[in-house]
Amino acid sequence: MEFLVASAIGILTAAGLYLVMRLRTFPIILGVSLLTYAVNVFFFSAGHLTIGSPPVLREGVEIYADPLPQALVLTAIVIAFGMTAVIVMLGLGAYLGSDDDHVNDPVETDAGEGSK
Amino acid sequence: MTHWIIAPVILPALLAPFIVLAARFHMGIQRVFSVAGVIGLIGIAAGLAWQASDGTVTIYQLGDWAAPFGIVIVGDRLSTMMVLLTSLLALFVLLYAIGSGWDERGRHFHALFQFQLMGICGAFLTGDLFNLFVFFEIMLIASYGLMIHSGGNVRLRAGVQYVLYNLLGSTLFLFALGAIYAETGTLNMADLALRVQLVDPDATAGIRLAAVLLLLVFAIKSALIPLHFWLPSTYAEAPGPVAALFAIMTKVGAYAIIRVYTLVFPPDLEVTGGLQSDWLLPVALVSLAIGMLGILAARKLDRLVAFGVIGSMGMVMVAISLFTPAGIAAALYYIVHSTFAAAALFLIADLVRSSRAHLGLTLEPPVPGAALTAGLFFVAAIAMTGLPPLSGFIGKLLVLEAAFASPLMVWTFATILIASLFGIVGFARAGSVVFWKAQSVKPPAESMLPARPAALSYVAVGGLITLLVGYTAFAGQAHAYMVEMSTQLFDPVDYVTTVLGTTGKLGLGAEEY
Repeated sequence: MEFLVASAIGILTAAGLYLVMRLRTFPIILGVSLLTYAVNVFFFSAGHLTIGSPPVLREGVEIYADPLPQALVLTAIVIAFGMTAVIVMLGLGAYLGSDDDHVNDPVETDAGEGSK
Repeated sequence: MTHWIIAPVILPALLAPFIVLAARFHMGIQRVFSVAGVIGLIGIAAGLAWQASDGTVTIYQLGDWAAPFGIVIVGDRLSTMMVLLTSLLALFVLLYAIGSGWDERGRHFHALFQFQLMGICGAFLTGDLFNLFVFFEIMLIASYGLMIHSGGNVRLRAGVQYVLYNLLGSTLFLFALGAIYAETGTLNMADLALRVQLVDPDATAGIRLAAVLLLLVFAIKSALIPLHFWLPSTYAEAPGPVAALFAIMTKVGAYAIIRVYTLVFPPDLEVTGGLQSDWLLPVALVSLAIGMLGILAARKLDRLVAFGVIGSMGMVMVAISLFTPAGIAAALYYIVHSTFAAAALFLIADLVRSSRAHLGLTLEPPVPGAALTAGLFFVAAIAMTGLPPLSGFIGKLLVLEAAFASPLMVWTFATILIASLFGIVGFARAGSVVFWKAQSVKPPAESMLPARPAALSYVAVGGLITLLVGYTAFAGQAHAYMVEMSTQLFDPVDYVTTVLGTTGKLGLGAEEY
């Protein structure tokens, strides 16, 4: 199971990083989403990976699942979701306004022009 | 247990929804509540700073749960001073936003402003790393809204860059937190300080990785080269008062580095030893140099000030990366100075923008009220570049003095002094083109003249300059306090015992679990 989770994190991160470097808004947003999935799974495995063990203290149980990373991941998911919504709206606004979804600044021709 | 320590977070958090829900169509009421809230915040922050000034560490346990399990808010000398700095800056920025009418050019300026204050104050006060992440996000999401306040294509594009960069930073932060939790099983800073000491010296890969990742995250926030690419466009395109408020945001990164790398990963810790001196100092020197070169290369006034921020963050980081009590004290002195100086310069750039066709450093007719604006620019530029007699000079002397003991002493001295020269030339050139040479251009007809900026705008900028002058006049007392502060940072026994020794509602402290 460790191998499965580790390779899932690795593949998600690699795909996310590749997409982030595409310099256009839509692939970057997809890439950031993949990266947040990767980090969520990573955080999830930061407790330990156990199956079927209780998260609360009980009599006669030796191995517990750590509930804290799960709570933290929940917070991280909510924040990432909100942030993605914001960037989608911003990216859409920037695209509709200038008809161009490149993230880089356009090359300035001379002082005072190009931007403004 | 006193509840005052959490008030700097609660007060803006309650004001912001009130402004949105009850006063969204009444700019007057919004302004009154916003200003009253910030004045109240200054009062509370001053009280907290006074309380912490004798070295007391105040702790607030949310839900009355004891420390490593519950979340704690901790106020010591450093965090209360930063909250006071934030609230003072916020007052003048808010006055400027009202005076210049920026708050009317889009919606929900005051609500977002209060949320931003909540995030910044929370980040300074929290005693828990995950909570630091959450407050970072609150601060960022409010700043996204403020950054694109009043819209426009150029601003939206810069906003997209800013948000994407910070989203990646947040992801990195979570990776760092996951690694720390996997290695130590806790995210409470005081608890971490104890547990990191116990890490098995043969299995340090995880904790070293976490320390480096965390440093990268804070370096993004404080715009260290080569992680600074988000800053120039963002600060240049953001509305003037928002850019001025953002002057404190880079300091949040600097604060986090000071806090985490004195408390959790102190410089004498073997596991992460060498991280600060081998890596942070050279990077900080490069930041300082590039920032000041950027001032010389900038073709627009707002970009010039943005590079000034990068340069001054480089200076702060040079002092921090010495990681000696004298170095940290110098860094703290410089942080307060550069926050006020950068904010004043951003506001002055906005004063110029409001009555000039563009901010390019080319010949244009003189702006209305040029004499006063030019005078303010002159004083603020002197402060920023570190010429005598203002606080920038004193701060630079303190940094140089602290750098005497460093093995890279020659490099540090050379970089600081040469980079300052570049900064001075850059600011002198900008000032002479925008204000002085402009006198040679024939002004347009009387009816075409743009309006003079409002008096309240000048009051706000003048207030910041007055604070700088006051900070220079009382430099001795301020620096003495900073020295006490850094002594407390390097001897965190009080901090750790207060956080872990206070019992919660079950009567359990950290020792008993």
